[in-house]
Amino acid sequence: MYNVTYHRASSVEDAAKLAAGAAEAKFVLGGQTLIPAMKQRLAAPSDLIDLRHIAAMKGVTDSGGGIIIGAATTHAEVASNADLQAACPALCHLAAHIGDPHVRHMGTIGGSIANNDPAADYPAAMLALNARIVTNKREIAAADFFTGLFETALDEGEIVTAVKFTAPAKAGYAKFANPASRYAMAGVFVARSGGSVRVAVTGAGDNGVFRAENLEAALAGNFSPSALDGQTIDPANLMSDIHASAQYRAALVIAMAKRAVAAAG
Amino acid sequence: MGVEGIGARVTRKEDKRFITGKGRYTDDMVVPGMKHAAFVRSPHAHARITNIDASAAKGMPGVIDVLTGKQIKADGIGNLICGWMIHSKDGTPMKMGAWEPMATATVRYVGDAVAVVVADTKAQARDAAERVEVSYEELPAVIHAVEAMKPGAPQLHPEAENNLIYDWEIGDSAAADAAIAAAAHVTEVDIVNNRLSPNPMEPRATLGVYDAAEDHYTCWTTSQNPHVARLVMSAFYNVAPENKLRVIAPDVGGGFGSKIYIYPEEIVCLWASKTTGVPVKWVADRTESFMTDAHGRDHVTKVRMAFDKDHRITGLKVDTIANLGAYMSLFSSSVPTYLYATLLSGQYVIPAIHANVRTVYTNTVPVDAYRGAGRPEATYLLERTMEIAARELGVDPAELRRTNFIRSFPYQTPVIMAYDAGDYDASLDAAMKAADWAGFPARRKEAESRGMKRGIGMSCYIEACGIAPSAAVGSLGAGVGLWESAEVRVNAVGTIEVLTGSHSHGQGHETTFAQLVSERLGVPIDSVSIVHGDTDKVQMGMGTYGSRSGAVGMSAIVKALDKVEAKARKIAAHLLEADEGDIAIENGELKVAGTDKAVPWFQMALAAYTAHNLPDGMEPGLKETAFYDPTNFTFPAGCYICEVEIDPETGKTEIIQFVAADDFGNIINPMIVEGQVHGGIAQGIGQALLEGVHYDETGQLLTASYMDYCMPRADDLPSFDLSHQVTPCPGNPLGIKGCGEAGAIGSPPALINAITNAIGTENITMPATPQKVWVAMQ
Repeated sequence: MYNVTYHRASSVEDAAKLAAGAAEAKFVLGGQTLIPAMKQRLAAPSDLIDLRHIAAMKGVTDSGGGIIIGAATTHAEVASNADLQAACPALCHLAAHIGDPHVRHMGTIGGSIANNDPAADYPAAMLALNARIVTNKREIAAADFFTGLFETALDEGEIVTAVKFTAPAKAGYAKFANPASRYAMAGVFVARSGGSVRVAVTGAGDNGVFRAENLEAALAGNFSPSALDGQTIDPANLMSDIHASAQYRAALVIAMAKRAVAAAG
Repeated sequence: MGVEGIGARVTRKEDKRFITGKGRYTDDMVVPGMKHAAFVRSPHAHARITNIDASAAKGMPGVIDVLTGKQIKADGIGNLICGWMIHSKDGTPMKMGAWEPMATATVRYVGDAVAVVVADTKAQARDAAERVEVSYEELPAVIHAVEAMKPGAPQLHPEAENNLIYDWEIGDSAAADAAIAAAAHVTEVDIVNNRLSPNPMEPRATLGVYDAAEDHYTCWTTSQNPHVARLVMSAFYNVAPENKLRVIAPDVGGGFGSKIYIYPEEIVCLWASKTTGVPVKWVADRTESFMTDAHGRDHVTKVRMAFDKDHRITGLKVDTIANLGAYMSLFSSSVPTYLYATLLSGQYVIPAIHANVRTVYTNTVPVDAYRGAGRPEATYLLERTMEIAARELGVDPAELRRTNFIRSFPYQTPVIMAYDAGDYDASLDAAMKAADWAGFPARRKEAESRGMKRGIGMSCYIEACGIAPSAAVGSLGAGVGLWESAEVRVNAVGTIEVLTGSHSHGQGHETTFAQLVSERLGVPIDSVSIVHGDTDKVQMGMGTYGSRSGAVGMSAIVKALDKVEAKARKIAAHLLEADEGDIAIENGELKVAGTDKAVPWFQMALAAYTAHNLPDGMEPGLKETAFYDPTNFTFPAGCYICEVEIDPETGKTEIIQFVAADDFGNIINPMIVEGQVHGGIAQGIGQALLEGVHYDETGQLLTASYMDYCMPRADDLPSFDLSHQVTPCPGNPLGIKGCGEAGAIGSPPALINAITNAIGTENITMPATPQKVWVAMQ
């Protein structure tokens, strides 16, 4: 790790101010991606602005189906939150299967979303739940937020403070983990609200999380695993690496989509 | 047995310090004035070095010096060597290319050391290493052994035409050909044994200290065999004469073979300490470990096995190409030859065997022994071939094995080894019973009802341990003897120190060796200390690998204990005015048999050291040394059965049950043996299901972290069902065969046989990842 100056921000405003004054600042929440990258000398910020102790960025609120999750809420807190368990258990299930216990007690929803790892779990949930990403400057629809591999719509110095979504009628998440990293090799989040079904896929797309519109159409009329029989995903836009070819990932997406629908009940 | 003697499940004495974080590893060593090294390593798999400019690096904060291969060469430090001579079948010696501790002209794998920075802190050394400007002229690289042998392939060493190191054979080719020609059935199989990274929990580390006043070197290092390290660094690398070089291997966090060898870093840090005048420490990070620790396996093999009409094996022909990487590591040449092809008879009567082995240089990290070393490769090909043959012949795989079992001992195989004892039916029977083999069809049917594919597979392995008779290995090319040493020191108050040439890096010697002393002398294990791992404390010894510490290391302790007991009896007889032949040693006393006359052990020891009243002419003191040279290898064997379920939608394999029935001969501590088997099976499952080193076509290592190299984790593994069938080894005093490697040897074919049984195709290679299984099922 290179030398870095650490700052503990007391508020979102304080954090933005600290970042503006630094040569090359990085915000850190759980640090589960950034710190290992820094240890391997793959990232070298001049200043780290720690957002973990900002009270306004923590916790879950449920106002009659309108859910707000603070960006600094850990995966373990999301997994075990009673309101979320009632409103959207699929999201708790997703959070409960990120990484390992250490990661879940350090890593946060805001950090995961801002990093937009193409194999992270949360982006699929955000996109399928039609969530809005709240920052210190604006709100961004999930569909506009995730723009590519490790790329987001965030401007320089912009801070994710929370995510907002309306609890779906039904939702489910299933992932097939990379045997080595345990990140998603294909993770599918399905959400049904009224007559609309949204299916978002992580871990497989060559440009990050994406919606599988043909699966959405198939499920809109018949929200059951068998509705996906015969459906396919075009491997042309999927990732290929030593762990999984695009063809294999395409098959996994269908298999995980069925399991996600089954889990949604 | 006593509560702490042979056969007792004594909890490990050493675990208190390990599980409370109080172990003392090389990286825990701090000496005054110590500085830190970082290596500049090649980013290319194959390139010429055209220039090294260290001027910017030398000006960085904290930097003491930047040293290169030209300087170490000018100071007379030698190249790394392979210590086992293999001759090709045409009589020519193996082609050993130069392995410089730091490359002066050509780099041959990604990670090859080029220069070293010594600085005040590790971070400063790394910062400066990034500023050493090395100019390279890239050369074409070759990664796979089969490709490296082809005409026109990039050439690694001028000595080795077509990258061929040796073309070696064993057995009777004509007889094997004749058996195949006359066979009722021939099973042909292409086998790939995948390349593995050893991954001990503790990365390699070393601390080199040169004392100018004494002209003396001390080397702390992560070694399985500190005396071998000293011998090799002294005799071949010209670091220092043995009397001026102390090697200490303190607590070592696992080795699996990868810490047998001497690597460039130990040599460079010792030399750099003299050159710079400061103690120099280097500790590998995990990616450096992936890049530079010697890898294991990496064989490509064609097998033909001939059967007569009664399904008896009549012949076996094996043709193997083994990848040894960019340079010949210390024992690399022996692994795909005498540790491999000599086991090709397996548990079976095979009248004619022939193996041809070609070893090849490639632009990859050197390959050497890794848990099992040659024997997993032999077992995998034999047990895959037996399973496939049974399927081709339409016979039960257990019956095919029974038809061919060796049942008369000693048994001389056609490939050097003479098996001394075994009962292969006993392990097969025990494993099949534990696995409920007969109930499998019903379980498969039930799985089908859930849409899952269920399979079962077995493996009957044999291996050669307790390495090894020195004269025998010498005649086969070994540069060292493979005896072991022990000194038993009885202190004046009767407590005991055992100085052993074995080295514990996870095996539990501090417990099992003390149990042996407790068994013999009737003293509590708390009064016995095991001393190892320091060339200044312990007499010359050969170290720990090849499951040899029980069979060879403890045999040396037995010999030393025999001498101690003989002298103790004489002293006791003198004190008790009894006949020496009537003295019995038990429960911490020396007794006159059949009487109530006794002298406590500690009183006898005190008498030995006060020397006020010893038999006429007896030397004072009580301390004896012994060297034990085995007369044969030992032959652990057993049967493993694995049952799996495969999800056809994803190709994911779940291990439902894993049964291991092993014959390790006599067992000192069943709990420690079970731990060894658990770890071995986990590594075997790792090889079969999860682990595999990947280089891309340019020689970049793709599996350089745990993000991409898949180690087995607890949730990948089932609970193991273990049992032991005991035929004591007749070749050593304790009847021990060894248990350290069996799990890693026997498990991969059982697992792959189960997977292929489930999916109905043989076309799968290790690791059988979900993707590969899914593809095989399409």
